[in-house]
Amino acid sequence: MSNSAKTDQTYRGAVREAIRDALSRDDRVFLMGEDVGAYGGCYAVTKGLLAEFGEDRIRDTPLSESGFVGAGIGAAIAGMRPIVEIMTVNFSLLAIDQIVNNAATIPHMSGGQFTVPLVIRMATGAGRQLAAQHSHSLEGWYAHIPGIKVLAPATLEDARGMLWTALEDPNPVLIFEHVMLYAREGTLPADAGPVDIDRAVIRRPGTDLSLITYGGCLFKALEAAELLAAEGIEAEVIDLRSLRPLDETKILASVAKTHRALIVDEGWRSGSLSAEISARIMEGAFFDLDAPVARLCAAEVPIPYAKHLEEASIPQTESIRAAAVALMNPQ
Amino acid sequence: MTDSADGKLHITRENAQRLLRSMLRIRAFEDKCAELYTQEKIRGFLHLYVGEEAIAVGVMDNLTPEDAVIATYREHGHALARGIPMTEIMAEMYGKMEGSSRGRGGSMHIFDATTRFCGGNAIVGGGLPLAVGMALADKMRGLNRVTTCFFGEGATAEGEFHESLNLAALWKLPVLFVCENNFYAMGTALARSEAQTDISAKAASYNLQAEQVDGMDLIAVETAARTAIAKIRSEGCPQFLECRTYRFRAHSMFDAQLYRDKTEIEEWKKKGPIIRFSKFLRDTGLLNDDDLAAMEAEIAVEIEASVAFAEAGTWEPIADLERFVLVDEASP
Repeated sequence: MSNSAKTDQTYRGAVREAIRDALSRDDRVFLMGEDVGAYGGCYAVTKGLLAEFGEDRIRDTPLSESGFVGAGIGAAIAGMRPIVEIMTVNFSLLAIDQIVNNAATIPHMSGGQFTVPLVIRMATGAGRQLAAQHSHSLEGWYAHIPGIKVLAPATLEDARGMLWTALEDPNPVLIFEHVMLYAREGTLPADAGPVDIDRAVIRRPGTDLSLITYGGCLFKALEAAELLAAEGIEAEVIDLRSLRPLDETKILASVAKTHRALIVDEGWRSGSLSAEISARIMEGAFFDLDAPVARLCAAEVPIPYAKHLEEASIPQTESIRAAAVALMNPQ
Repeated sequence: MTDSADGKLHITRENAQRLLRSMLRIRAFEDKCAELYTQEKIRGFLHLYVGEEAIAVGVMDNLTPEDAVIATYREHGHALARGIPMTEIMAEMYGKMEGSSRGRGGSMHIFDATTRFCGGNAIVGGGLPLAVGMALADKMRGLNRVTTCFFGEGATAEGEFHESLNLAALWKLPVLFVCENNFYAMGTALARSEAQTDISAKAASYNLQAEQVDGMDLIAVETAARTAIAKIRSEGCPQFLECRTYRFRAHSMFDAQLYRDKTEIEEWKKKGPIIRFSKFLRDTGLLNDDDLAAMEAEIAVEIEASVAFAEAGTWEPIADLERFVLVDEASP
């Protein structure tokens, strides 16, 4: 059976396979971004694709984020299915005009006449000592915007499978790839393929509290859950996968079962995605709660360079464990 | 309009009158919009194209239905010249469901898939990257189409202007960039905002062909656009036209025009595109009083019909407020 055969893979390789698959499936798909071709991608995701698919479909761009993201929107409007890569979420701020003012508005503003079937991929998150202009987690900002979908694949299956589904979606989809996941190793079925992009998934069932997280924090949360299990606390770990729309049903059902929620987010706390999730729990599951919703987020600082400071800035396995214990044992 | 085979201007009565009529139609529509604004039938921002009609008319006359157009928030003239029904444009001014964008866009965001008219973009410079992308798609799909992108001289201060010209020239994309230089970015005069006020020189630095044209001269605009579009179709490279023009009315209905002299406006009005072209046609025997009277009467009827259409239009049900935020299928 082909689907029982497993292949060793990295997250980086899974994204590459997803891009290769999309380029092979559909002539309308092409990839563009800074250093995606000759250089092979700043995180080596697209290495080898230029030789395989040629310059027309693996398109190196100038350092013009607004220009080439806007060009991706225009190309999508005119019938192509572009994958635009932005090196890192911090650089996407140079293109936020195009994303927010054009991609997110044109379908509605045109009364449904023009659609933007575009995928924008970018790296996000801290952990590589890249300091305050390459390490932030701003996906929560994008999740604020009606008219776009926001995905955060954490597993190899999702890295491999979300892209094609996103390309088939007629709406603009942003995919955030956490930098610390690229080297993550695992196995994939030999025939791994598209996955849904609209559900949260319970990665570890539990009964005592819900750990709600996504992306780079998922594996830290799963490790923390193992430590908690050793202390007799069974945490349920929810991988949001989609940050917009949020799978509110799955979140509320979990909280209804566990009666406690800890949201773990590498984004900042103030005015954030974690605040949104907390509010939804308050609105939809208030009477199920045995304790106030807790949040563990990035420290409210620009992410610093020094390793010990960087580590202290974002949620870690131990701080997740400690926050969960505190939630279980209120003072 | 002309035949350059022998290098001389040839102009038929029918074509000349059609183009004049197109400018008169835009002028009358804009004047009506101003009136409806004072009656509070039209709200929000209203930016009128009065004085600049020769550019939309002269350029658009050279496009095929398969070509694409991206314009700015001052785009009523472009929409009319592109062939979007006046009824739908007026209904959009009213915010009615029968409007070109179902009332979601208003004056600044006229869209029409039938004529590949992709807005109505109210972020200065924001339309240029879209035009680059639409042209890229056409090129990758092997379609011999031109994307025409209109913007004001204010956009040349935006990074997106520079990024887009570079990309279009680098990738040899079929884009016609048309800068409508009316010398004021809202209230800021060109010389007060730009160290280099020669827009076409700025464009030419991106290694694309750029021409400066008298935007008040319909024949000059039409001829320059025709030449540029022919080059785009044959060579596949972008072209740039700077059309020097002037806006006779205020920037928007909220503008007290403190930044310019009335005498300057009056001087430009004397050079207006309609005065100039109709004088040329009279002098050459291509237009008489009866022709003009007939044209104006027809236009008045069309304007009144568009107002009646808008008045009779319906409001989108509030239940459909969120419709099209996300769509179920991509447009073709």
